[in-house]
Amino acid sequence: MRRRVMRSLALLGSALAAAPVAAQDHSDHAQHAPAPVPAPSPDPGHGAMDHSSDQSGDADVSPGPTMETPPPPEAGSGPPRAADAIWGAETMAAERHREHAAHGDFPVLWVQADRLEARMQDGADGFLWDVQGYYGGPTSRLWFKSEGEGTFGEEVEEAEVQVLWARAIDPYWDLQVGLRQDFSGPATTHAVIGVQGLAPYDFDVDAALFVSHRGDVTARIEAEIDQRITQRLILQPRAELSVSAQDIPGLGIGAGLDRAELGVRLRYEIVREFAPYIGVERSWRFGGSAGYARAAGEAPHATSVVAGVRFWF
Amino acid sequence: MSWQAGKQEVDCKVDLARRGVLRGLGAGAVLGAMPAWARGRSLHGGGAIRAGFDEVSGPVIDLAVGAGMRLVQGRRGHGVAVNGSVPGPLIRLREGQDVRLNVTNHLDEDTSIHWHGLLVPFQFDGVPGVSFPGIKPHQTFTYEFPVRQSGTYWYHSHSGLQEQTGHYGPLVIEPKGGEPVRTDRDYVLLLSEFTPLHPHFIMQRLRTGEHYFSRQRPSWTDKYPMSGAERRMWAQMRMSPTDIADVSAPTYTYLANGRGPKEGMEYLFTPGETVRLRLINGGAMTYFNVRIPGLAMTVIAADGQNVRPVEVDELQIAVGETYDVLVEPRGAEAYAIVCESMDRSGLALAMLASRPGARAAVPALRDPPLLTMADMGMNHGAGDSGHGGMDHGAMDHGAMNHGGMNHGEGGAARPEASHSMAGMSMRDTSLLPPDVAIGPGIDMVSMAPVDKQGDPGLGLRDAGHRVLNYRMLSALEPNADTREPSRLLELHLTGNMERYMWSFDGRMFDAVSDVPIRFAWNERVRVKLVNDTMMAHPIHLHGMFFELVNGQPPAHQPRKNIVTVQPGASATFDLTANEPGDWAFHCHLLYHMHGGMMQIVTVMGPEDRP
Repeated sequence: MRRRVMRSLALLGSALAAAPVAAQDHSDHAQHAPAPVPAPSPDPGHGAMDHSSDQSGDADVSPGPTMETPPPPEAGSGPPRAADAIWGAETMAAERHREHAAHGDFPVLWVQADRLEARMQDGADGFLWDVQGYYGGPTSRLWFKSEGEGTFGEEVEEAEVQVLWARAIDPYWDLQVGLRQDFSGPATTHAVIGVQGLAPYDFDVDAALFVSHRGDVTARIEAEIDQRITQRLILQPRAELSVSAQDIPGLGIGAGLDRAELGVRLRYEIVREFAPYIGVERSWRFGGSAGYARAAGEAPHATSVVAGVRFWF
Repeated sequence: MSWQAGKQEVDCKVDLARRGVLRGLGAGAVLGAMPAWARGRSLHGGGAIRAGFDEVSGPVIDLAVGAGMRLVQGRRGHGVAVNGSVPGPLIRLREGQDVRLNVTNHLDEDTSIHWHGLLVPFQFDGVPGVSFPGIKPHQTFTYEFPVRQSGTYWYHSHSGLQEQTGHYGPLVIEPKGGEPVRTDRDYVLLLSEFTPLHPHFIMQRLRTGEHYFSRQRPSWTDKYPMSGAERRMWAQMRMSPTDIADVSAPTYTYLANGRGPKEGMEYLFTPGETVRLRLINGGAMTYFNVRIPGLAMTVIAADGQNVRPVEVDELQIAVGETYDVLVEPRGAEAYAIVCESMDRSGLALAMLASRPGARAAVPALRDPPLLTMADMGMNHGAGDSGHGGMDHGAMDHGAMNHGGMNHGEGGAARPEASHSMAGMSMRDTSLLPPDVAIGPGIDMVSMAPVDKQGDPGLGLRDAGHRVLNYRMLSALEPNADTREPSRLLELHLTGNMERYMWSFDGRMFDAVSDVPIRFAWNERVRVKLVNDTMMAHPIHLHGMFFELVNGQPPAHQPRKNIVTVQPGASATFDLTANEPGDWAFHCHLLYHMHGGMMQIVTVMGPEDRP
């Protein structure tokens, strides 16, 4: 079956033997006696096995250095500017700047509404938004975050906006510093320092410490994880915990553990960027915070059924 | 020997107006009349880019780069094309001729053409910002060089992300004394991808939406043969065993000479004939596994350079590589040329047909492969761990001893689960040489990287038939320079999948564009590439061939311009730095290159010798 191919190959061999190979020789020793061409090994196992012990096996056949050494002085120094001599330094400079910046650290814009939902709970149905985004390169970004919630037909109960500068401190983690402004209750400005990233087991984590302009210190950590049931149907458990270093009566926050939320959302990604979801969430207020809630006529614990959309671009 | 276009090419052959354009070294400011196909962007007919290609040859060749609409299997997308077709025209040259290529840019943005694998003066290599300033909108640039080689090559844009949208084509150079291999038919099969998405959108999604393009990720309902412990381990590492291809089907429709698998690309043969297929991977991001069920393929050239013939049943072709294979169809009336993407999300398809319309059965896509611990450079535990038979077992032994991670020969057959991650860091940066910049751009360090040039590629390690690997390649004509290299240069391929950062030695190109890799004139250097990522990277050097250190004696180390470095592994090549100038050196996965995995290689000229 292979006879014909082999005949062609034999021709190939003889042609090469007859004519000096004019392949890619740029050096002076262009003329070589044709080396004996061993019969091709049809069995891939062969070739591989013979040389497969490890690289030192290859080195025996093709000896070479095994320790890295710096280039010789003849290799020159300085930036690569060969093209300047041909096309002009000015022409090249502009192009170089543009081209080089496009390979690596270029900025992108990302905006995500992780939660945009209606919340049904006993008595008062409400709404919630949780939006974030950034503009920047892979290691240095300007972040924007906003969260808030309220009851339909009433004023917004909680609303905040954060503007943060983020710098990568690890393959998976950014350090974020910036400001947070609260737009509900007594206007409050906080300094923010936090970390955001991906924890082992693929938990998305966002943790931040806030110091308000009144000197109050609070902290908040959120974690969520995507559990793919199918490629499009995704279960997302989510937890959030808030703590406070002191009582802040004006905001209804007690010292210590302030509040916890535990929820689970099931979304369907119609497209990657757009996924309606349903879910359920339970929230608790603790200690002093629970007391403030009761005093305000609110239940310290609540269970909500939620429905919303997650989208990003 | 005669050249034959595939049937489909004949159907759509259109004579392109050859306009006289101002020629001359440098960017002539010429505004030729815009070709009709490049003029409009209407969705209703006008400005359509054809699939398939014509042929151009001679001492002077005019090429026109323009924008238009592409239509592939009912999906439309914006395209950039050379001479109105995707792929662009087959450029046929003869070894020893001088060629002048006038490239006119009809786009509203800069363009360029890089002659992939060709030995040219560096200023005509076609990389904007490195070898020349690029071709400005509505200008003509003339490339001029002697043709010093023969074989199968290709060309493509090196500007922005135009390559993804169709700006590429085949280039074949006939040897001086005529083709030494007698074949009855000689065909080009250029593999690539089509997507209706804009490439900038793809890049943005790769940076922001993790795994955006994969529909094969592990889930509660998948059928992957992984235990719960393995799944937890991957999650614990924040990595995914399905990170095989960053962009794949259905985002991509895979193309054979510009045609989707349902569009009937066909090569005619008469039973008993010997057919030469010049395989070119002109894709942006896709490794293809090429096989022709029922036919063996005899590989006779790699990256344009003749190799000792070797017969295989399948081969993996990296992005940018070319392989010439001979096949001898006879028994059946048709054979399917099946080109699966490495992640098995789709395939490109062509038919060898003994009569027009003859069709062979197309096998279903095989199961998607999964990465293993060995792909993270944890090469402990020999035996049958699902990645490579005997040869890998042997290699892994070697590594095991190196790395001091002796878990016992013939130990657990599944190192990934049984050895778990206890006490092992997937990012032990102390293993890196001091010249690697350690930072957020490195999410993994290969623990005990071994040379895996004997690896046929992800998904083919137990294909059950003969699959090509680099160790099977042996240069047919002896190499000109067989000196022992005077020094070793070690480069680490580094990356961060989450942030989509890619780099050499931890530094993205924008950070090192003024700090090139330098070689003295005619210096002989051994270059070792160590892959500290979980992806295979096809690393491409412009302007020169290197010789893979693949177990062959120096005279027969195969000459290539692309080398795939397998995940967590290393690959080594020898290089004679005898082409002066500045040359691009990069991962040929388009979005990895733009993600930073690029450098400049500067070769001093003979006049620079002290």
